[in-house]
Amino acid sequence: MTTTVPHPAAKTTVRDRLLRLAETVTTPLLPEDYLDLVAPLRAGAALRGRIVAVEPETRDAATLTIRPGRDWRGHTPGQYVRLGVDVDGVRQWRAYSLTSAPDRPDRLISVTVKAIPDGRVSNHLVRRTRVGTVVQLDQALGDFVLPDPVPARVLFLTAGSGITPVMGMLRAGVHTRADVVVVHSAPTPDDVVFGAHLRALAAQGGIRLVERHTDRDGLLGVAELATLVPDHLDRQTWACGPVGLLDAAEQHWTAAGVADRLHTERFRPTVIAPGEGGSVTFTRTGLTLAADGGTPILDAGEAAGALMPSGCRMGICYGCVLPLRQGAVRDLRTGELTTAVPGDGVLIQTCVSAAAGTCDIDL
Amino acid sequence: MTVIQHKPVNPIAHLSAEDIETLGKELDAIRDRVLAERGASDAAYIRKVIKTQRTLEMSSRAVLLFSLFPPAWVVGTAGLAVAKILENMEIGHNILHGQYDFMRDPKIHSTTWEWDHVSPADQWKHSHNQLHHTYTNVLGKDNDLGYGIMRVDEDQKWYPMHLGQPLWNFVNACFFEYGIAAYDLELGRNLRKGRHKAPEFRARLRAVGRKIRRQVLKDYVIHPLLSGPSFLTTLAATFTANLIRNLWSHSVIMCGHFPSGVETFSKTSIEGETRGEWYLRQMLGSANISGSRLLHIMTGNLSFQIEHHLFPDLPSKRYQEIAPQVRALFDRYGLTYTTGPLPKQVASAWWKVIRLSLPNRETARPAADEPPARVLATSGV
Ligand SMILES: Cc1cc2nc3c(=O)[nH]c(=O)nc-3n(C[C@H](O)[C@H](O)[C@H](O)COP(=O)(O)OP(=O)(O)OC[C@H]3O[C@@H](n4cnc5c(N)ncnc54)[C@H](O)[C@@H]3O)c2cc1C
Ligand code: FES
Repeated sequence: MTTTVPHPAAKTTVRDRLLRLAETVTTPLLPEDYLDLVAPLRAGAALRGRIVAVEPETRDAATLTIRPGRDWRGHTPGQYVRLGVDVDGVRQWRAYSLTSAPDRPDRLISVTVKAIPDGRVSNHLVRRTRVGTVVQLDQALGDFVLPDPVPARVLFLTAGSGITPVMGMLRAGVHTRADVVVVHSAPTPDDVVFGAHLRALAAQGGIRLVERHTDRDGLLGVAELATLVPDHLDRQTWACGPVGLLDAAEQHWTAAGVADRLHTERFRPTVIAPGEGGSVTFTRTGLTLAADGGTPILDAGEAAGALMPSGCRMGICYGCVLPLRQGAVRDLRTGELTTAVPGDGVLIQTCVSAAAGTCDIDL
Repeated sequence: MTVIQHKPVNPIAHLSAEDIETLGKELDAIRDRVLAERGASDAAYIRKVIKTQRTLEMSSRAVLLFSLFPPAWVVGTAGLAVAKILENMEIGHNILHGQYDFMRDPKIHSTTWEWDHVSPADQWKHSHNQLHHTYTNVLGKDNDLGYGIMRVDEDQKWYPMHLGQPLWNFVNACFFEYGIAAYDLELGRNLRKGRHKAPEFRARLRAVGRKIRRQVLKDYVIHPLLSGPSFLTTLAATFTANLIRNLWSHSVIMCGHFPSGVETFSKTSIEGETRGEWYLRQMLGSANISGSRLLHIMTGNLSFQIEHHLFPDLPSKRYQEIAPQVRALFDRYGLTYTTGPLPKQVASAWWKVIRLSLPNRETARPAADEPPARVLATSGV
């Protein structure tokens, strides 16, 4: 073929050429398939991490310290990382807030996981993970972070494992730059993840800590904040915890007309409306499966062995988006119906969408 | 063999329709038990085989850099042949069957895997998984029966060109991967029907061309060049390794469906086939190879062809585990579990190729004008 159009300045570097040559040596595999055998954390590899320590925090929570691959770009306190873990031989992806300070000299990162009843990944990580295991990672994500400069007065409203992103912020030293109150709920004093650390910070006067032990004193009602933290509505608040707490907080702050001062992080979506279900076809893979109306298409596809893209698995990161070629899906959070007719490519979040009829998805 | 429906003594006449459905349920139960256990050990197994294979392949190729030196030639060629066999059989064939899709590891998945073979993975998956495994041993539907170039069943019509089939079979064995590529392309049929200009066929042809180019470049240009003064000896070594791999996989695959004892089926017999009947066809249409653990690994566990055909997507190392249960079912239902050592099965398959290169002797055929009844739902026990 002859062409008169000059090539755009797409420079093939020596490195590219070497890589192409290496590919002719290893085809049908890629050079990386061999390199991964010896150096899974090297620069240029798919991002992975090696677990270097597993330390229990409470009877059902543990902190995993991870050496990330060379291409790890660091994180902002409050962000989370997606972890791909092989549980019973099956790759499972879950999001975990980073609990380490962002600038550790040893470049290690940590996440703190609370095992939830019947939770597949959380129980595996807390109870069965061995040091030396290589896990898959993604770059840090999330906007549950403090602005710069940090507001003068800050409230952290947390419960259970919801303390994790806050711990990352405390380790980065927010309390040295702001007046910080932490209101944290857990069943008993022993169940407080990072209890010793938080109490020590409070004892040194770094933060004001309000612990709520729900086995004895019952769940915290947001109305109680008026007495516990009288100026809470004047503070910038970061809240993370179970759905009930976050929903109540959102109502409370909205009713007071200061919804903009409340920042929340949810660990799971609030599901309200199961759809009708239907058969889902992944058109490129040629896989058809029956999905019920309560199961996200992401979960249904994974269970059938499809390689589904995914991210937070709760509707915030858009890492799971796929084109719906035709059919109907229902958003599990809002009940909203999305339809597509042949020729369309409506982008849907598979992690929060269930089939509402026969669907063709471009995968 | 003769299509089961034409046999003087029908080997499944003693089974009632209910028997066949119960048999199907028992096989489903075996499958469910494996699925319940499938997990970490299967993932660890395939990762270990892959790691071993890659290490072996790279070290053999490294040794071949010095292939001018005869001991290096021998060691490197043997290592490379074994690596290529592992890659095609225990790794490629089984991953492309989706046996490890459950792991959700994008690096070990039927939709992303490409193998060391001139037939591109997606074309092979179509002709093998969708056609051969669905229409196993159905005359006129399963092209694996003689690959469209040979007569391997009395019920296939004899033409004079079949006289040469022992020779075709030998040539096919030596260049088996090209034979498979041609077969996956349905080259013969597409050319015969004048479809060589159809865009779909041309696209597939181009894909095969690209794959062949890459494979040949790697094996016969790049690696020999890297060997410098050992250029020619490395070229000969890679050729030999490919030849060994081809002869080996051809032998193993012949043993799967050609030896005596294996049944074939007529097209009409599979109309409206139930799950139980499908299982039964797989049971009777396949043959195993008996042998050591090493043999099983080197055949990609296709030595458990019967178990593989019953459950093509279960991780291959499970076949050995369930074989006694499957065999017990054969015994209980009065069916013949065809198996034998490799040399015997290979000889049996070759004997058939030679025998059927000649027309049938008339006594071999019962009255052919009886209607091809759906045997799978006949008399009670
Ligand atoms: C942005 C983000 C940050 C997160 N950070 C952390 C963290 O720092 N520490 C941490 O422990 N977890 C965190 N999570 C939650 C975590 O990703 C998993 O959802 C959690 O570990 C449960 O996974 P599993 O596989 O154990 O449970 P699954 O096997 O998926 O679920 C088991 C059962 O538990 C329910 N369930 C699922 N998730 C939760 C949940 N979060 N709480 C209560 N019930 C649930 C399910 O509906 C199901 O019935 C975070 C989630 C998000 C989206
Ligand atoms: S996985 Fe994050 S939006 Fe669906």
